[in-house]
Order: sequence, then structure tokens, then C-alpha cells
Amino acid sequence: MPETVLKLKKVIVDFSGFKAINQLDFTVQPNNVHFVIGPNGAGKTTLLDVICGKTRATNGEILLQGQKELSKLSENQIVHQGISRKFQAPSIFANLTVEENLEIAMKQKKNLFSMIKAKWTNEEKNKLEEMLELIGLTEERDQEAGALAHGQKQWLEIAMVLMQEPEVVLLDEPIAGMSKKERDKTGALITKIAKDRAVLIVEHDMDFVKEYSDIVSVMHEGQLLYEGTMDQVQNDPTVREVYLGRKVE
Amino acid sequence: MQNTIYQKLWSQKIILSVIFLLLLLAPFFLSDFRLNLLGKFLAFAILAIGLDLLWGYTGVLSLGHGIFFGLGAYCMAMYLKLEANAGGLPDFMAWSGMSELPLIWLPFQYPIIAIALGIIIPAVVAFFLGYLTFRNRISGVYFTILSQALVLVVVTLFVGSQNLTGGTSGLTNFETLFGFSVNAASTQTAIYLITVLVLGVVFISCRKLVKGRFGRVLEGIRDGENRMRFLGYNPSSYKTFIYTLSAAIAGIAGMLFVLQVGIISPTMIGIIPSIEMVLWVALGGRGTIIGPVIGAVFVNAAKTGFSESYPEYWTYFLGLLFVLVVVFLPKGLTGLLDKWKDRRKKQDARDSVEVEKSYS
Amino acid sequence: MVFIIKEVKGSRIYVLLPFLMRKGLFGLNEIIITLFNGLSLGSILLVIALGLAITFGLMNVINMAHGELIMVGAYITYVIQNIFMDYAPAAYFDLYFIISIPIAMLVAAGIGMLLEVSLIRHLYKRPLDSLLATWGVGLVLQQLARSIFGAPNVGVKSPSFLSGGLSVGSITLPYSRLFILALSIICLISIFYYFYRTASGRRVRAVMQNRQMAECLGVSTRKVDMLTFAIGSGFAGVAGCALTLLGAIGPTIGTSYIIDAFMVVVVGGVGALFGAVAGALGIGIFNTIFEFFTNATIGKVLIFLLIIAFLQWRPSGLVTSRSRSLD
Repeated sequence: MPETVLKLKKVIVDFSGFKAINQLDFTVQPNNVHFVIGPNGAGKTTLLDVICGKTRATNGEILLQGQKELSKLSENQIVHQGISRKFQAPSIFANLTVEENLEIAMKQKKNLFSMIKAKWTNEEKNKLEEMLELIGLTEERDQEAGALAHGQKQWLEIAMVLMQEPEVVLLDEPIAGMSKKERDKTGALITKIAKDRAVLIVEHDMDFVKEYSDIVSVMHEGQLLYEGTMDQVQNDPTVREVYLGRKVE
Repeated sequence: MQNTIYQKLWSQKIILSVIFLLLLLAPFFLSDFRLNLLGKFLAFAILAIGLDLLWGYTGVLSLGHGIFFGLGAYCMAMYLKLEANAGGLPDFMAWSGMSELPLIWLPFQYPIIAIALGIIIPAVVAFFLGYLTFRNRISGVYFTILSQALVLVVVTLFVGSQNLTGGTSGLTNFETLFGFSVNAASTQTAIYLITVLVLGVVFISCRKLVKGRFGRVLEGIRDGENRMRFLGYNPSSYKTFIYTLSAAIAGIAGMLFVLQVGIISPTMIGIIPSIEMVLWVALGGRGTIIGPVIGAVFVNAAKTGFSESYPEYWTYFLGLLFVLVVVFLPKGLTGLLDKWKDRRKKQDARDSVEVEKSYS
Repeated sequence: MVFIIKEVKGSRIYVLLPFLMRKGLFGLNEIIITLFNGLSLGSILLVIALGLAITFGLMNVINMAHGELIMVGAYITYVIQNIFMDYAPAAYFDLYFIISIPIAMLVAAGIGMLLEVSLIRHLYKRPLDSLLATWGVGLVLQQLARSIFGAPNVGVKSPSFLSGGLSVGSITLPYSRLFILALSIICLISIFYYFYRTASGRRVRAVMQNRQMAECLGVSTRKVDMLTFAIGSGFAGVAGCALTLLGAIGPTIGTSYIIDAFMVVVVGGVGALFGAVAGALGIGIFNTIFEFFTNATIGKVLIFLLIIAFLQWRPSGLVTSRSRSLD
């Protein structure tokens, strides 16, 4: 039985009166590709924001591995606890090369003085090669990241997330703007990375969700409406009513 | 490809060593007057490197580096003043009717302490301002405005505390340094050589700092501070560190300046000199280590030239230079050089892989 | 939020003053004068900061030449005064000041517009660079003033209806200061009216809040940028006009006020008119109080420390807006 990696307990996010997330209980299991879907304004992105510390929970607890409380930590401390996030718009460093982007993303001591002394170790070099291989950017390693194609930028950012060796990966619409081919490649990549960790994805593309999901959570008005496999979700009457009924089929 | 990178570094190293050697040999072929000027420019160049670490690499623009420069300079000047009066009261204090050396002047009787304080005081001031602003994620233009307000405050304080700082006329009339006459040619040559050596050390260590992974982190903070937080970095501590470091470097530059120029006063560290320092970096090329050095020497040489012949036009020139550099030459002279090299390389071999990096 | 600082300020003064009065440190008159001076300084800062609140607050452009636009306004007043002295009958001399205000505003607005079109427009994405470039422009304007009018300060004779003062008990409140107070209120009301009650002002706010959306709705963002910047600059001209009432003017008159005015905007919160009002009054009154207890120098230091301390409590100023974007 897989243990729970991440557990949200009665989390509330209140934007001066508007509750983007309202009393949400939510769990994430390891080695799963876990999709979050829901209509606009359901609180999906806010869910990712509150986990990674971009937005503060007004109330409630966020527990990693059942014990570590995340909601009081700063963004960078949360990263070191093992949670990494990819944002919706590619936010790689355009002026650095592909390799340099991965270098600074890599899991390592990131405080000031360790960084001044930092040197490449053999282990780190191998890791870099592996990652370049995985995302197929070995050829482009010395190119400035700003010069990459849109899909390549997205993969680079996923790779930057993976370089941090997180236990939980948060992805916000990873396939937005991708071609069919790039989409398939991204899907395969996600399946592969979920072997060692939990992956939580916000996505609008239902075909993509159907193809790659292990678990799907449906959010509505800041709360969890339903959770199950994609088949179960599609056949649930309440879900159909608020969401799928209108959008798909 | 690896090969070309090494070749490039190698050739850069040769050029830099030649320049460094020429600077060391300058006393043999420059008049005392010119040598003194060059020494002053090189002291400015030291400051410019520190300022560029902050602005060019970390993206934090300080319009208040004149203050750190000034704090260093005043520390040195206080020591010189006391040595000139052989333990007695400095002249301006006697004029304002004081009979005893004020408490804060006491440590400056000892050269080691004075020099140490010339580095520590600017660093401490910068640390507090940096810590308190960066901690709250006050960045960009807000920090820049605060850094300028710091200038206003410190200059007002220096002007207002006539009996402690000499007021608007500042500190001057130094006589000896460690027993040697300050104005003697041999002393000045020695100070010049020390300046060149300090420049060399600052240059090499800053270059080392930014060439490595640390430099990439700084650039990451410059280009996407919030993104860096989600990669696990705490940009506030990096920015505070670089701000403090560059203030300390400015303090060192100030000390070398006052030894060679023989005077320090509030107008030399105020708002206009502080922002002129930014121009050195902008013109030379931000985000490189050699750029600020070129910029500092170039602008100050131009300023000296102008002041000798058309002093009133210097301000026009300075103002226009700001506009032109920002609009047409955002990467400065080194950027221009890189562009020219790029073009030539592309003509030479169109299929060669691009290895140049540009830091915008 | 605006009221919080008022309350804090009020209660502090209420607690502090009776205590000091009982100790015989100063009397009621001194309190009134100190508060009035604070209010007066605040209103001067407000007139200057209103222009900044528009260019910096709304457009996020740091116009370092703003201080020089103030100087332009001051010298325009000086020139018009000279023209009146030479050509107008003595009885109409006082009119020069009334005429100067709109002319100073128009000239400063014109220079601002020129600046926006030729320079700032190309630097919207690089705020620090526009700061440096406008500083260069400011330097040139300053030197230009020095070349035309000479480096020493020149005096502007205040109109006779503003000399003297209003007597309240045993103290006199100068009319010139009262006039600036009134002027700041008029400026504030007209800015508020323009931005919140007219179609043109609404377009400006639309562009500043969501540029792309406004463009889609057919608003010409270029025109709006130009207009907004011109308005902000125009108020600098008005401020310059007002400053002639307080003393002699010189090429660097703008620089001495501009940093304080920037502080007002930083403290008030960017893009918030009411923040600017609270910031200006707060800085003005605290500055005067500090100076009363210490001296001008220490007062400056204390006010700077106070601002830093204040930013620990409210890093983005009194009035803040939230956004969801990263960076």
C-alpha cells in the first residue's frame, strides 16, 4: 500500500473575502500521475500555489510525509523539503545556456556560502548528462535557453524541476501550446518520472488526462467534487453536471 | 568547441596580463601628474567592479555607492588628519572651539584600525540597508530610490556635523603617511602600485566569483528573482551579500582615492558622483568584469580632458552620454566589441558554433 | 488603511504633547506652529508627489527629470514676473502669479510629452534604464538653466495678496503657506475628478490596469501613455510655481525636493492617490516634529530611519494591490 506523500487538511485560501480554496482536504499518493481538473476559477492553480508557498493558506495544514508542516515555510524552504513546481508560462532563464539552467536547478546546498565554493562533482556531471538525454537537448546544451523552441523550453523547465530530485512534482498545464508530437513526448516523460515520485498536474486537455492519468480529482468552487479514475469521473453524475456534461462529449 | 572556449580564455588571459604589466610599469613612462590621475581612475575602477557585481550581475541598481566610497575615504582621511597633527586636534576642530578629540575619532589614531574600519563601516551600513529592504522583497526601482535617499541623508549628516567631519570643506591638508610625506613622488608611486595591485586582486577574485556557478545564480536572480525562490534559493541573502561586498569594495576604493587626491568632501560623494559611478559601469558594459574598468577610466579621462578645456560643457556631455548609452548602447563598449567580434567570426566561418555568451 | 496612520499619528501626539506641556517644554502656540509647518511641508511634498504618483505610480516610470520639470515651472514664473515688471502697469503686477500657474503647467507638460515620445516610450520594459536616461535629461536641463539664468539663485517677488499672514491668537500663519495648502487640495481634487469621473481618465486607468485588454477595446495606448505622462509632468510645473513663494530659486531647486517626493510615493504605495496624501502628510509632519526636537540634520536621518522601519511593516506602501503574476 502506498503511503500518502502530501496531505492537505481543511485548507482555506481567502483572497479578501473570496475563498479560492475552501476547507479543502486533499491527498497525493506516491508513484501516481495525479491530475486536477475543473472549470475556470475552481481553484486548481491556487491549489498548486498554496502547496509550493506562492500563496499562503489562510487556515489549515499542509503535511509532507504526514509530519512536516509546509504552510509556514518560505518558498525556498519548501523546495528543499522536496516539492518542485513548474509554472504555466515557461519561466526558464533565457540568458543562461541549457546546461547552466540545469546547473543552478540541480539539487545541492543552495545557501550563499556553499554556492560560492560549489564545484562540479562527477556525480553531478553524470546527472546532468542523464537529464539532457532524457529531454533530448544534449545537442543544444550550450545554446542560450531563450533560443529554444516552445516545446523544448517546456521540457527544459520540467528537467529543471526534476534536477531538484523532488518527491512531489507540481505541473501547471505542461502541454499548453504543444504540437501533437511534443504532447506525446511530454506524456511519456511524465509517465517515466512518476515511477519514482508523485506528480500532480493541472490540465485542461481531457484527452491528455484520459491517456496518462492514474487518479483524477475534480475541483469545483474551491472544493473537491470527486476523485477517482478517469472512467469513474466521466460516469459520475455530479461531475457531469458541473463540468464534463458541458465541456466534453 | 571546448577547444575554442579554452583558446578564448587563454587569449583573454594574455591580454589582461599585458595590461596589468603595463599598469605596473606606468611609473617609468608617465609624469607624476599623469600617474596620479591614472591612480585615481584605477581607484574608481575598483569601485566600478563592485558596483557591477551588484547591478550587472545581480540586477540591483544602487545610486548610493558614493556614500560607501565616502565612508572609506573619510576613515582614511581621519587617520591622515590625526597623523598630520601628531596626536593634536585637527585644525577645523580647533576652529570650532573644541578642546578634546571626540570619541568617534579616537580609533582612527591607529592605522590598522582606520583601514579596517574603512572596509567594515561601509559594509555594515550596506548590510543593514540591504537586509532590511531585500528581506521584505523591496526590489527594483524602490530599492534604487532608497539607496539614493541614503546619499541625501548621509551627505546632510556630514555637512551638518561640521565639528566632526569638517562640514562642506571636508578633510584635507594631509602631510604624512606612516611617516612618509604624502605628497612626495616616491610615496605617490608606492600608493599607485598598491592601487594597481588591489585592482588586480579585486578583478581576479570577482571574476572568479562570477565565472562559477555562483555567477549563474546571481544572473538567475537578476532575470527572475521569484523563479529562483522556487528553485530553492533565497535571493534576499544573495542580494544582501553582494550589496555588502560591493560596499566594502567601494570603501577600499575610497581609501585609495583619498591617499592620491589628498582631499575628501561631501560634494565628492553626493548624488551626482554616485550616479556618475553608474555611468562608468553602463558605458563600459554591465555584466562583465572588464567593462566597468574600461568605463571608469574612459569616463574619468574624458572628464579630466573636458575640465581642462571646457568645464561648463562637461555636464551637457555627461547628461547626453547617459541618454545615448542607455538607448543605443545598453551593453556598453564591451558589448560593442563582442558584436563586432561576432560579425567577424560569422564572416570567417558561417558554420562555426556560437560559443559566445551575452549577458544583457 | 489611510486612517490607520492618522490614528497612530494622532494618538502619539495626543499622548506626547500634554506630557511635554506639563513639563513646561513648550506651549500651545509652538504645537500649533509645528503642526502647521508639518502640514505645510506635507502639502508642498504632496503637490510634487502628485505628479510622481501619476508617472511613477500609474506608469511605473521613474522620471528623474521630474525635479527639473519643477525647476522649469519655477523659472517660467520668474520669467513671467520679469515680463510683468517691464511691461505691465504696476497695478496689475500681482496677476503674473495667477497667469504663471497654467503656463508653467503647459510648458512642463509639453516637455514631459516630448520626453515621453522621444525617450521614455522606448524604455518601458526597462525601468532602471529609463531612470538613468531621464536623469541624464535632467542634468542637461539643469545645466541649460545654469547657462541661461546663471548659477546663483534668483528671487521671485511674491504677489502682494500672498504676503502677510492670517493671525490666529498670537501666532501668524503665512498666506503663502496657506495658498500652497489650498493649491494641493485643488490639485488633488482635479486629479481625482479627472481619473475617476471623466471618460478620458477612465481610459487611462484602463490602460494602466490591463494594457492588452484596453488595446483590444480600441483604446490607443500610445496616446494614453503620452497624455498621462504629460499630465504628471504638468503638475511638476505647478509645483515649481508654488515653490517660488517659499524662497529664491536656482537650477537645483528640483533635486532638493525630489527625493523626499519619491519617498512619499514609496510610503504611500504605488498607484494610490490616497496613499500619496497620507505619505506626504506623514512625512511632512514627522519631519517637522523631528526637526523641532533635534535639528534639520538629525531630523533627516530620523525620517529616513522611520521610512525604513515603516517599510518593514508595510513593504509595498500603505495602499497595495495584489497580482497573480510571477515576477
